[in-house]
Amino acid sequence: MGLNKFQIAQRISQELNDGDYVNLGIGIPTLIANYIPNNISVIMQSENGLLGMGPFPKREDVDPDLINAGKETITTLDGSSIFNSSESFAMIRGGRVNLTVLGAMEVSQAGDIANWKIPGKMVKGMGGAMDLVASAKNIIVAMMHTNKKGESKLLKKCSLPITGINCVKKIVTNLAVIDIENNNFILKEYAPGVSVEEIKNATEGDLIIADSISEMCLQ
Amino acid sequence: MNKLYNNAHEAIIDVKDNNTIMLGGFGLCGIPENLIQALVKKGTKNLTCISNNAGVDDFGIGLLLKTRQVKKMISSYVGENSEFERQLLNGELEVDLIPQGTLAERCRAAGAGIPAFYTPAGVGTEIAKNKEIKLFNGKEYILELAFQSDFAFIKAWKGDALGNLIYKGTARNFNPMMATAGKITIVEVEELVPIGSLDPNIIHTPSIYVDRIFEGKNYEKRIEKITTQ
Repeated sequence: MGLNKFQIAQRISQELNDGDYVNLGIGIPTLIANYIPNNISVIMQSENGLLGMGPFPKREDVDPDLINAGKETITTLDGSSIFNSSESFAMIRGGRVNLTVLGAMEVSQAGDIANWKIPGKMVKGMGGAMDLVASAKNIIVAMMHTNKKGESKLLKKCSLPITGINCVKKIVTNLAVIDIENNNFILKEYAPGVSVEEIKNATEGDLIIADSISEMCLQ
Repeated sequence: MNKLYNNAHEAIIDVKDNNTIMLGGFGLCGIPENLIQALVKKGTKNLTCISNNAGVDDFGIGLLLKTRQVKKMISSYVGENSEFERQLLNGELEVDLIPQGTLAERCRAAGAGIPAFYTPAGVGTEIAKNKEIKLFNGKEYILELAFQSDFAFIKAWKGDALGNLIYKGTARNFNPMMATAGKITIVEVEELVPIGSLDPNIIHTPSIYVDRIFEGKNYEKRIEKITTQ
């Protein structure tokens, strides 16, 4: 129902501004790089130590010494720079990265995010996510509205161990664009073919319908 | 002054059971392959390893996990290793998962003579438990301590016999901070070059941090995810 993951990425690409330094998390956020509008220029930060991340290489140009934070082979661009991990997180904690987009297992209406651990089941670690969400000026979550069991991922309170508090500003799901303000989810846009009622039913937290609500525009 | 060693085996001769070792690398990129393999051969046990990741099942630090040489891992992300996950969920392995930026800064602080620092990463989460919290300009920060480690295992691209190093691409990652932070820093380079051939303007790790250096052999440089256009 609603958008696929590529369309979620496409919608989030509309939030990019010319000159932004952007960190994209693993999963749907990575796809955003494919939809950057032609009339703006943004610079991708990869927290393993690269500014100006380029596209995947041609097969003959694959370099084991050049990967992104998802451990995928990548390329540099004219104007790229490479640095160590300490410097990478200095620019993150120092607030230089304008926008962080990441996936989540749960988001609360207070803007808390949980995306690193399922007690007793999944032990992968937080990677750079805790540093990113503690410091980024603007954090957008890209995720499906419900989990595989059909349960809402937009909650009054997170049930899983959280990654950061009061940090998420906007969520783009397969169903909706939702802002977080004053401890509420604000429904700003619905996906084509999705009713407000369906979004309400899929949202466990408190949902306020924005006066300016509109259909998502994908182009 | 002789920092030059013939191989990894000779360079790690005094690594002992229960030592703490920092290992550079992000995923399998920039890991000290020769030093890890020498450590597997040596069979040193009950190690505490500080490294961003834990390798994969059959490469990198995964080799040390398989032989049960690791008592404790200090990492930020370990999702690529199913043997690791199994040992952890069975309580066979101690693990301290910490935010990646905090991991990097705890290495940097250790090398810079700074015993502790405040960071916003992890405020309000379970990693803040039992840690001092302090307000600066109305925002909460967590006190984190510099690491202490007996050895740092570093992989660089080129280096000279004095220990001046340069790294290549994103294989730099944690290596430069860890190089400053080991009580004894051991470096393997892909290419040992004559003193004077590296431009002083482009040295990433100045020689003062390096205790031992050797030219590594047979680099596999395995790639975790080959992605192409």
